[in-house]
Amino acid sequence: MEVKDYDMEQCDIAWCPGCGDIMILKVLKEILAELQIAPENLVMVSGIGQAAKIPHYLRCHTFNGLHGRALSPAFAIHIANPNLTVIAESGDGDMYGEGGNHFIHTVRRNPNITNIVHNNMVYGLTKGQASPTSSRGFKTPVQVGGVILEPFNPLAVAIALDASFVGRAFIGDQQQTKDILKQAITHNGYALVDLFQPCVTFNKINTYQWFKDNTYNLGQEHDPTDRQAAFARACESCDTSKLPLGVFYTNSQKTPYHEANSMYKTDYSPLWERPRDQKKLKELIISF
Amino acid sequence: MQKEPLLQVTGDISIVLCGQAGTGIQTVEQLLVRIFQRSGYHIFATKEYMSRVRGGTNSTTIRVGSTPVQALVDRIDLLIPLNKGSIGHVQHRISSETLILCEPDHFDVDLPQARHVEVPFTQIAEEIGNKLFSNIVAVGLVGALLSVDLSLMTDFIRERFAGKDEVLISGNVQALEKGYEIGIEQVRAKTVQIQIQPDDAVKDDMLINGVEAVGLGTLAGGCNFIGAYPMSPSTGLLTFLAQHADQFGVLVEQAEDEIAGINMALGAWYAGARAIASSSGGGFALMTEGLSLAGMIESPLVVHLAQRPGPATGLPTRTGQEDLNLVLYAGHGEYPRAIFAPGTLQQAYDLTARAFDLADRYQIPVFVMTDQYFVDTYYNTPRFDVSESDVEHQFVKTTKDYRRFALTEDGLSPRGIPGHGDGLVVADSDEHDEHGHITEDLDIRVRMVNKRLARGKLLNQEVIEPTLWPNKEFKSLVLCWGSTLPVVQEALTMLARDDISLLHFAQVWPLPQNLKDRFAQAEKLICLEGNATGQFAVIVKQQTGVDIQEKILKYNGLQFTVEEITASLKKIYG
Repeated sequence: MEVKDYDMEQCDIAWCPGCGDIMILKVLKEILAELQIAPENLVMVSGIGQAAKIPHYLRCHTFNGLHGRALSPAFAIHIANPNLTVIAESGDGDMYGEGGNHFIHTVRRNPNITNIVHNNMVYGLTKGQASPTSSRGFKTPVQVGGVILEPFNPLAVAIALDASFVGRAFIGDQQQTKDILKQAITHNGYALVDLFQPCVTFNKINTYQWFKDNTYNLGQEHDPTDRQAAFARACESCDTSKLPLGVFYTNSQKTPYHEANSMYKTDYSPLWERPRDQKKLKELIISF
Repeated sequence: MQKEPLLQVTGDISIVLCGQAGTGIQTVEQLLVRIFQRSGYHIFATKEYMSRVRGGTNSTTIRVGSTPVQALVDRIDLLIPLNKGSIGHVQHRISSETLILCEPDHFDVDLPQARHVEVPFTQIAEEIGNKLFSNIVAVGLVGALLSVDLSLMTDFIRERFAGKDEVLISGNVQALEKGYEIGIEQVRAKTVQIQIQPDDAVKDDMLINGVEAVGLGTLAGGCNFIGAYPMSPSTGLLTFLAQHADQFGVLVEQAEDEIAGINMALGAWYAGARAIASSSGGGFALMTEGLSLAGMIESPLVVHLAQRPGPATGLPTRTGQEDLNLVLYAGHGEYPRAIFAPGTLQQAYDLTARAFDLADRYQIPVFVMTDQYFVDTYYNTPRFDVSESDVEHQFVKTTKDYRRFALTEDGLSPRGIPGHGDGLVVADSDEHDEHGHITEDLDIRVRMVNKRLARGKLLNQEVIEPTLWPNKEFKSLVLCWGSTLPVVQEALTMLARDDISLLHFAQVWPLPQNLKDRFAQAEKLICLEGNATGQFAVIVKQQTGVDIQEKILKYNGLQFTVEEITASLKKIYG
């Protein structure tokens, strides 16, 4: 597999020049090629928003569903056919706002899918309102006096739910982003990657330079199997320090959903390939 | 001189049990129903219950017949209140013909006309060793009154309690025998004369309820995925599939909400599974956005909706037919759908299985509408047939040049799934091109709308015709749909007029193209439905231009009874 295998023949990209999404698309193609995941074996599931357009710019199977709902079909696609690689990718508004309930419960299910969330701390497609991750004081045409709500902390929530993989990257550091995403995709279980990405049009605060100045790498001294430490790191904010990047938390002890489900105890074939024994139905009918 | 009998019935008896939730009413019902079935009697049982786990007053109506009994009646021949204060709950159904069998202090109503026999159930049970046996005394008594063989009953009790403590089993058997003894005295004294003839055919029948019929239909339709959130009265289907999940390879996931449930169902279909979404009105209301997604991505989908009265939380454990408009118009945008509303257990099985095939062939949402009455009602019915062949999947193996939404003459594009072939399967909730990718090309938009709607024309050719019963020649036609069929049938039988027939719709959308012709000979049209606004009558008018003059509507949360329908029809005919 090469990067060009994921290139679309025709592709009218709707993102603004300089958008972080463009770099994410490039990085993602490189990772997929490096991991040798064939487009025919890859299902990209997304919701609605600028980030959610990514499957349209990448050769793969695509389920571009409803706003906030990507994780439900992503879970079902994976569990109906665990041989497929499933990546659910959308923005912060989609995954943490509209889809907040699905986010919580998908973490609990621990399906073997990768959840990439483009986090630019603003709504792009609806033109500049606050997102759940917008900082306090962030002014928008709706939050005219500035955001007064506590920003949603996806990493702390995921670690509180004992998610089996929790990471954060900044697309300004492509090498680290690649490294974290590769670990997430190859992780057997639910993997969250909160991916900082500037919106060059609607967020004049959280720019490339801002992210550069306000983030730091967790580094070797952080032990991602230490949940308490991971939670503490996830709670760090710009008010007190900088925002850490890296793999915050992994729990390899957690059983992925499909391994816990009796359907896949002995047989990994997709549901559609499994024959139904009509004799059993006859027996059941006779039992009444 | 012989005394006048306290109870005299031939061919068909209506027995009602009433009492608080959680005090054994269900146990008595289940024991009696199975005992009657083994005795070769035709059986019907239904319950009405309050939305609480303990207390309140619930009732179960059991009908036992020499011939099939499948409908709810008001009449009570034999009433057994299991608690003090519970007779009042069914007081309006008690007539001078009703015999009440009760504990001495349970007859606590002012009903001078009611005949009652006091039986010290609790005292007998305590003498045997545990007052918990009192319900079994009642079972033995009723069995005797209906001339059930004692050894058949004791065998059944032993089977039922097999593996339990021997003291418990022998206590139950003693209680049964004691009750039986009291019953036989009444029979010998001819104070109670109940003549029910066994029918050999019953022994080959199955005794199931509506939700089990839908469940079996789901399995026959090849369903292998359900993601659902519990909600009365739909929960039984989720439970049924969970109970049989391992045996039939059904992946069952309790969703965090109905929105997740339907989106999971769509993801499952996309990946080649056959999925069902199931809820009641309020839960389905949450699913409507997902339904619209099914319309856009041309996904097959089966939805079971067990109706209860609304709006909002309404009456959670009651019945109604209020959600037809909701189902017909649910979801933004325009796309075809089909709606089934079975009237019998056989129809529930057949149509639920058919829903999967229809959904798969035409890539549309198909609904199976039931209601609380239907899912909770049992009767004996011939065992369902099972197809010899396995499910025929409609998806194709894709090739490199595969386009999910290829424009075709009939609007149907071959449906591919990921992981089966060399092509890529792209589904998008946005307007899309033939490949499935997002587009704002307005010419493509128009072609895609036309393509999506074209499949509706194919559906029109596969409509299940409504059932005309009993006469082809009629002057009046009673239109009904869904669960009311057996009740209307029995009401017409009671009326015994050969100029009235019923036309029952087990498919309420799309309606047959020639529907207006079916009304041609009717001088009078009557529409009967379980809602306050006559929703089906309005749909019929929209489709045919025919205004239905008379409506029989009920919306108090309970099913129509045979007597009510008979009375309503008599009123119409003066």
